[in-house]
Amino acid sequence: MAGNRGRGRAAYTFNIEAVGFSRGDKLPDVVLKPPPLFPDTDYKPVPLKTGESEEYILALKQELRETVKRMPYFMETPEEKQDIERYSKRYMKVYKEEWIPDWRRLPREMMPRKKCKKGSKPTKMKDTDKGTSLTNTADVLKKIEELEKKGDGEKSDEENEETEGSKEKNKEDEDDEDDAAEQEEYDEEEQEEENDYINSYFDNGDDFGVDSDDNMDEATY
Amino acid sequence: MTQAEIKLCSLLLQEHFGEIVEKIGVHLIRTGCQPLRVIAHDTETSLDQVKKALCVLIQHNLVIYQVHKRGVVEYEAQCSRMLRMLRYPRYIYTAKTLYNDTGELIVEELLLNGKMTMSAVVKKVADRLTETMEDGKTMDYTEVSNTFVRLADTHFVQRCPIVSATETAEPTPPPPAPTLVINEKDMYLVPKLSLIGKGKRRRSSDEDAAGEPKAKRAKHIESKEPIPDDGIYWQANLDRFHQHFRDQAIVSAVANRMDQTSSEIVRTMLRMSEITTPSCAPFTHPLSSNEIFRSLPVGYNVSKQVLDQYLTLLADDPLEFVGKSGDSGGGMYVINLHKALASLATATLESVVQERFGSRCARIFRLVLQKKHLEQKQVEDFAMIPAKEAKDMLYKMLSENFISLQEIPKTPDHAPSRTFYLYTVTVLSAARMLLHRCYKASSR
Repeated sequence: MAGNRGRGRAAYTFNIEAVGFSRGDKLPDVVLKPPPLFPDTDYKPVPLKTGESEEYILALKQELRETVKRMPYFMETPEEKQDIERYSKRYMKVYKEEWIPDWRRLPREMMPRKKCKKGSKPTKMKDTDKGTSLTNTADVLKKIEELEKKGDGEKSDEENEETEGSKEKNKEDEDDEDDAAEQEEYDEEEQEEENDYINSYFDNGDDFGVDSDDNMDEATY
Repeated sequence: MTQAEIKLCSLLLQEHFGEIVEKIGVHLIRTGCQPLRVIAHDTETSLDQVKKALCVLIQHNLVIYQVHKRGVVEYEAQCSRMLRMLRYPRYIYTAKTLYNDTGELIVEELLLNGKMTMSAVVKKVADRLTETMEDGKTMDYTEVSNTFVRLADTHFVQRCPIVSATETAEPTPPPPAPTLVINEKDMYLVPKLSLIGKGKRRRSSDEDAAGEPKAKRAKHIESKEPIPDDGIYWQANLDRFHQHFRDQAIVSAVANRMDQTSSEIVRTMLRMSEITTPSCAPFTHPLSSNEIFRSLPVGYNVSKQVLDQYLTLLADDPLEFVGKSGDSGGGMYVINLHKALASLATATLESVVQERFGSRCARIFRLVLQKKHLEQKQVEDFAMIPAKEAKDMLYKMLSENFISLQEIPKTPDHAPSRTFYLYTVTVLSAARMLLHRCYKASSR
């Protein structure tokens, strides 16, 4: 701006005395490396407050950290599936309470939609029926249908079992129970409609999950 | 939200709820209001997991939802509420000092679970207390309920907003999300429950194997009974706890400055205005000296005259914690909450400067605080510190942002040789900067 515009001349644009160096003083050395990461300070920090209340609060904090990990709100990341299912894993499962929120207080889109999934399965089957019958290869198609129905029967039976199990584990009673009961009935009805087989063919009951490791039994002798 | 605060929130969420919830929570803090599908898309997590995580966050009052036009529900994270999670142990300890173990456990359960119904809280707390008691003794529900009622009366727990009971008009489909309303009067109203029962001890471990399926079935049957206070949820009222901390700080400050008796007087005044004064009011309701005299704790045999003398002394104190607002009833006194907090903040700043930079720096700091704006030369003169050292200290404090520079140009072109540079302390920004540093430190 106005004033000394000497090109190349070492002139300061501000009053040097205001900064603290009088004319002719040696300027401090130029620093060429970044400042140290943990510089020594002249004044050490004041020690932490310790006392009965502080220790109690500290103990509370440690306890809290442990407790929150066991709460049902702590969502664990699903582990990747290992190649070989370890025997010990089955018996080291930690028993955790199920928590069902009060659906009346949450937006409707929060509810997991189980009905749609179950509803679409039988309709999918119907579609495939129609589709396959058009192609006119009867025997192969019949086999595929039977296998599908078998597969569906197993899967929906398993889901049935799980909903029953989770219902029992449910300690707080929430409205979801009615929903679960409704869905269960719905499933059973569907089952009876779609399957030609008697439900008791697969005598799953309580042994179903346990035997999942064994080879799928083609027939029970 | 500053970066340090976001980092701290993410660490807290991860510790309390796991990684999935942390990812969703941090995303919401960074981006503000978002609908469900956008969250799922941006965080690349499955819709199912996003729903579960949001349920957990809403349960703990960390996320709120709003229905926007066209029926879209948007979710917003409450960052300040997440930072309060740091203080949970302190809240629990406060409840313990005021209401013993029962109160402590009630507040702990409410904090861990977000919101709960009264019957559930009472039951859980009774069970926990029974376990710690000697064999054969059990904790009665009535005792726990009484403590709960006392907590509600002193506003430490409050009711959550309830689902507004709009009539179900058949033609219109139900709204995508319930609207939650709460009436001011109902916030601390305890429902009339007759909770009869005793705490149950958990079965000993050798009965466990046989006991578990039976226990499961027993609970299943129990839960079929309708809960009498279904839908009425309670949460911990954090503002009230903060108010309590503030009161404690003021009382201890008065005790340090004057003596024990005056701090007791101030404590009485604060206790009387606990419920009547809203938490962000600049000063409490005026209290007459007669009322204070009547409400003093029984053990203190302070005569009326002595009390009046103390009150006058407090009102004349330059710190202005207590002010006189009138003369009726023997003198009406108020506590200047804002002023008290401001002076406490300033005192904290001063002590930080002293510990960090030394007592000479603290002298300069107090000087600039008192005189508001000072030039460099004036600083040297008033503080009676040699020029070089004064400059050095000023620049050190300037670089740490405790002090700031105010330019006042003499000429329109702002030439540096012809402007005044004044040093000043802006308490608010300095305080915020300190807070930010604290957040940074706690995230490490």
